[in-house]
Amino acid sequence: MRGIHDIGGLQAGPVERVEHDYQLWEKRVDALMVLLSRKKRFTVDELRKGIESLPGDAYDRLTYYERWIGSIASALVHRGTISIEELRTKLADIEKRPEGPTPPGAVAEP
Amino acid sequence: MSPRFDVGARVNVRRGNPPGHIRTPYYIRGKSGTVERICGEFRNPEELAYGRSGEPKQVLYRVRFVQKELWPAYTGPANDTIDVELYEHWLEPPQ
Repeated sequence: MRGIHDIGGLQAGPVERVEHDYQLWEKRVDALMVLLSRKKRFTVDELRKGIESLPGDAYDRLTYYERWIGSIASALVHRGTISIEELRTKLADIEKRPEGPTPPGAVAEP
Repeated sequence: MSPRFDVGARVNVRRGNPPGHIRTPYYIRGKSGTVERICGEFRNPEELAYGRSGEPKQVLYRVRFVQKELWPAYTGPANDTIDVELYEHWLEPPQ
């Protein structure tokens, strides 16, 4: 079966050639991946596997780093690095923040 | 591990559709190309993806394909090529 991500040669419409800033959380996801790889807790191959395993509708709907964090979180729970309970508690804490989970304009310093 | 194919050898890409994490793009499966270079040997990413060791290492090849043979509607020059890096377990000698 052709994977949801394996789109080489399929019609995909025009490529939008625009630069955009990364949001702070996106940079943090990237940094998390670097840290986990350096500390041998995770490989880029596992990251890819987790992304490719997302259900089709999630894969299409999520942004680039949303796919990353979904894959990383699921692998870390699977490995026992973090527990589901820790993840739930943290997510609940974040939702209680006055600025909300993703503050508008939360763009990292260049 | 010594490479099974030499530079310049004709190779076929396996047509398989196994489940799991696959490093061989769908569009290149079942196609024929020529070994352009041997990139070295690396732990198998299709095993690393599941948190395993990826050993034994697999030889990685850069294989050159003719664009017109990949895409029936290709309108570019006939000598256009594309290089794809493929692990040895995905390659077979020509039938």
